[in-house]
Amino acid sequence: MEKFQTLRSTAVPLPIENIDTDQIIPARFLKATTREGFGANLFADWRYASTGEPKLGFVLNDTRYHGQILLAGQNFGCGSSREHAAWALYDAGFRVVVSSDFADIFRGNALNTGLLPLQVPAATLARLLARVTHYPNTQLVVDLPAQTLAVPVWEESIAFDLDPYKKECLINGYDDIDYLLSQQAAITTYEAQRTWSI
Amino acid sequence: MPKSLFDKIWEAHVVKAIPGGLEVFYIDRHLIHEVTSPQAFDELRARGLPLPRPAQIVATADHNVPTRNQHLPIADPISRAQVDKLTENCAHFGIELFGLGHENQGIVHVIGPELGLTQPGMTIVCGDSHTSTHGAFGAIAFGIGTSQVTQVMATQCLLLSRPKRMRITIDGALRPGVTAKDLILHVIAQLGTGGATGYFVEYAGSAIRALSMEGRMTVCNMSIEMGARGGLIAPDATTFAYLEGRHYAPQGARWEQALAHWQTLYSDEDAEFEAELTVDATAIAPMITYGTNPGMGMALTGHIPAQVAAGEAASFEQSLRYMGFEPGESLLGKEINYVFIGSCTNSRIEDLRAVAAYVQGKQKAAHVAAIIVPGSKSVEQQAIAEGLDKILAQAGFELRQPGCSACLAMNDDKIPAGAYCVSTSNRNFEGRQGPGARTLLASPLVAAITAIEGRIVDITRYLN
Repeated sequence: MEKFQTLRSTAVPLPIENIDTDQIIPARFLKATTREGFGANLFADWRYASTGEPKLGFVLNDTRYHGQILLAGQNFGCGSSREHAAWALYDAGFRVVVSSDFADIFRGNALNTGLLPLQVPAATLARLLARVTHYPNTQLVVDLPAQTLAVPVWEESIAFDLDPYKKECLINGYDDIDYLLSQQAAITTYEAQRTWSI
Repeated sequence: MPKSLFDKIWEAHVVKAIPGGLEVFYIDRHLIHEVTSPQAFDELRARGLPLPRPAQIVATADHNVPTRNQHLPIADPISRAQVDKLTENCAHFGIELFGLGHENQGIVHVIGPELGLTQPGMTIVCGDSHTSTHGAFGAIAFGIGTSQVTQVMATQCLLLSRPKRMRITIDGALRPGVTAKDLILHVIAQLGTGGATGYFVEYAGSAIRALSMEGRMTVCNMSIEMGARGGLIAPDATTFAYLEGRHYAPQGARWEQALAHWQTLYSDEDAEFEAELTVDATAIAPMITYGTNPGMGMALTGHIPAQVAAGEAASFEQSLRYMGFEPGESLLGKEINYVFIGSCTNSRIEDLRAVAAYVQGKQKAAHVAAIIVPGSKSVEQQAIAEGLDKILAQAGFELRQPGCSACLAMNDDKIPAGAYCVSTSNRNFEGRQGPGARTLLASPLVAAITAIEGRIVDITRYLN
């Protein structure tokens, strides 16, 4: 997993609530057996007509908007557990998703992919969406060690929460498997002490 | 200190608590399938890691398999390659696989319980969000991402924060024509598609106790559709009677030992829950969804809301535009072209029996295509043994072979763009059943009556 420390970028606004992982990456693209290449089909059915032509109204086809930060409505990433959704966002160049609320499985998958799910209050999200929609060149600065999302033009810095262990993982590029492998002795002891087993 | 059912099982599986709140959490049973496992196996290989506990994993091919001619090689080369990859990986790592054609093959959340792999008190994971189904047996079961699939393969553990607890108590008797599916659609409509995010739900109350295991599985299956990490139900005599004698269930003296343990699995009086919801079962009507998330449900005879709270206005508007419905509209009389009966929510023998009992001696409407996809080979064989296949065929329903099928339309079973499908599955997301497909979620009984009538009707007028 790549390290994440700070990021200065413009953002892409997607002010829709309850975006499910079927929209992020439709099931028909899950036949691939590798992790790479899902970005091409990110939001495929919102982004492309059935002919393959880009749909002009969709934000990823709007040349005014670009950047490594996605701003999305509440309850982002609900539905299917497919980690391919996090891979697709990452593969398409996103490193941060800002929302007022994330679905549990998506949040975990994003953190395991090196994609930061950054949660802000609903009112803050509404202001950010309005700002970025009207001023696409607005710069945002994510500082993970400081746990802040700064909006320089507002001279404002918004604090966000993150589990301290997950923060260390992201900063250093570690993933859970490294930690779990270091716990093999405790796991074996647990197994030996169980009063029942399958 | 009084403990909830959830706490009892969770605490028995904590290997180690680490400062900051995360816990090393032990997984008893790991179910895998062809779609979310290949990258996990690759990761093991890339890191040079062994898979030390293959006996705790069971595999099946379900998401991406055809539901016709399963005896032939899979025609789509990409789907075939994915299924072949699962076969190779299972052979390489010594994992039991119920592949296409095997008598135990089927939807992973149908075969686990059927084979007795799912047992009370266990922790069960699978790279699939509907793993919550197994909670019906009093297990902590939940869906995980592929990185976590690798973690469980390598260490049998996950690193987790403990979810909050919610109890949903449903008391009273369900009215005629109201099923477990209506019950859960009603609950999800109350809480909304993200209303239980961060929680693990226990379902309790006399209406839950009165459900069969199939009904309980339908309820727990859809826990994820309100954002819950999972859902579970305390095991009881219904659970034990279902499990006894199943292939992987404990036998003999081990059964008695297991039973003694399972009988301790209930929420103590005064156990704490961070959230509680009570529902009057007698107030639940046959349900249908009108929008593009499972929280957008209403009584069949109801009206789509005229407006919603500002926080969800954008998705409400986009949703109705996609569905071709108007705010405030009733769905009664809407013509339906497709009926899909299947998925890990409603493809069990009880579901097929309910459909067959209604359609016996009737004919589906001429403009409707109705397919029934059994959840497993075992369900398929049972349906044939009971003669349900003939009843369904005479009514114009096509009985297919087991798999996830049109629930997520990874295979050829897709609903065409713009067409309406009444589906017994779990998700009505945009494009879920095929690009542009419009899904209305309902119970098997509602689906069966819709297929016969060819339109949305008040089913209570069609029941004896």
